[in-house]
Amino acid sequence: MQFGIFTVGDVTTDPTNGSTPTEYERIKNILTIALKAEEVGLDVFALGEHHNPPFVPSSPTTMLGYIAAKTTTLQLSTSTTLITTNDPVKIAEDYAMLQHVADGRVDLMMGRGNTGPVYPWFGKDIREGIPLAIENYALLHRLWTEDFVDWSGQFRTPLQGFQSTPRPLDGVAPFVWHGSIRSPEIAEQAAYYGDGFFANNIFWPKEHYMRLVGYYRQRFEHYGHGSADQAIVGLGGQAFMATKSQDAVKQFRPYFDNAPVYGHGPSMEDFSEQTPLTVGSPQQVIDKYAAMRDHYGDYQRQLFLMDHAGLPLKTVLEQLDILGEQVVPVLRKELAVNRPAHVPEAPTHESLVAASMVKAADVKAKAVQL
Amino acid sequence: MTARRITVVSAGLSQPSSTRLLADRLADATTRRLADDGIEVQVDVVELRDVASDVTNNLITGFASPRLEAAIESLTTSDGLIAVTPIFTTSYSGLFKSFIDILDPQALTGMPVLIGATGGTERHSLALDYAMRPLFTYLHSVVVPTSVYAASSDWGSSEGGLATRIDRAAGELAALVAVSDRSQQVRDPFALPEGFSPVGGYGAQ
Repeated sequence: MQFGIFTVGDVTTDPTNGSTPTEYERIKNILTIALKAEEVGLDVFALGEHHNPPFVPSSPTTMLGYIAAKTTTLQLSTSTTLITTNDPVKIAEDYAMLQHVADGRVDLMMGRGNTGPVYPWFGKDIREGIPLAIENYALLHRLWTEDFVDWSGQFRTPLQGFQSTPRPLDGVAPFVWHGSIRSPEIAEQAAYYGDGFFANNIFWPKEHYMRLVGYYRQRFEHYGHGSADQAIVGLGGQAFMATKSQDAVKQFRPYFDNAPVYGHGPSMEDFSEQTPLTVGSPQQVIDKYAAMRDHYGDYQRQLFLMDHAGLPLKTVLEQLDILGEQVVPVLRKELAVNRPAHVPEAPTHESLVAASMVKAADVKAKAVQL
Repeated sequence: MTARRITVVSAGLSQPSSTRLLADRLADATTRRLADDGIEVQVDVVELRDVASDVTNNLITGFASPRLEAAIESLTTSDGLIAVTPIFTTSYSGLFKSFIDILDPQALTGMPVLIGATGGTERHSLALDYAMRPLFTYLHSVVVPTSVYAASSDWGSSEGGLATRIDRAAGELAALVAVSDRSQQVRDPFALPEGFSPVGGYGAQ
């Protein structure tokens, strides 16, 4: 079971003192937060991609490359990589490069992710969001698994004998998760390839994502990648903690009330009741997230959103201390209890290389028999 | 006895509300008409006043509270809708429109709808036909020909034919509800679009 954090990289004014970080400060803070994630024992850091203010991470591989150099165990991921407006050829090359730089510690999360105005800035149309996500990923998948690709499609210029470079490390492409908040087409796509499915599980009630994850599991089995409970599921979540739950509530409320995504709407209490947001003691977070597998089945990856809504760096780092020291170790134990042996862990570069060698040996053995 | 479900949406803001009063009269008249044909009707009422803050929260967060979700589910799986709003500043109330705005744009396709409105003076009665009716036409609902407007004066007078209008509109809605099978249909929220392929099928090879 992997635990980590994911960030959208918003530059938001701190409502308690009116101060807004510069882009430089926010970028440096995100890098500091990523290094802290490894220091406190988390497994994964995932960075969003955006091309419109107030979000700052437009170039995730640059930031992840830096983090790769400064860490040794942290798995680097995205939340999400825009499979709609990015050229799949550039994604194939950028992330294969990152994979080499990071000694394989890279996976990706694909998402459509953009708001309407962003699409035309990249020559695309939001009404084609799903077809773009489907066709672009189909090409990306081929660029990583085939050395030379002949291809033509609706959304980019054709390719003849094209080889993306560098080739994936050890001949194994980064593992891919597909993120979706509402589209069965994307769950279907993840299931078809036997890829992971990530439900962001924040901002909306868990029941909504449960239906989508259930559908993905069922289709994963349909496509012959294993039983439904072996499908690779990742979940988001969000929390704000203090030793005494009243302190957490008091400290987080101004950030909640003014947050771009839910501020000036429901009360923090209603929102916590209706979604996985947990504001309280570490034990409350443990209780809420240990119960996630009752809702979603045994899963592989849990990411938390910890650094948004204008929270200052110092507070975020304190939150990561609590998460790493008090919450994740307990959740690791609780989620391991009665976990069936046939439910796989989240794929890593090592496990994917091992699997590809087994497959190659099988092919060789069969060839010898013939 | 065949069973049908009708949802009444009332956007009246005061309590008691003349909008709700008109909504109830329309519902009763429709129920009677259907009962005459041997059709039993379950009527669910959504008072938008009760879920006003949930509607606003939904606009901000993108999801409905459990209470609002139940109301939306009841409405969208009904065999018919009776929608009644007060007329404010030439049109349906803002709360009514906000409620419509949080529905899936396809949710009311084919829905039999009876529209009604209340106002201080009969001079606003055409708001039903230039504001309410186009709204439901846009949503591909089937709006019955007779819409019912009740001005303050209608409640104190037997002239003007409010009862007659209610009865005629109810008859028109009842005829559509009687043959509707919306409440019996099971919808698959994960139905993929026809021709969908997980690898493209858009010319990709």
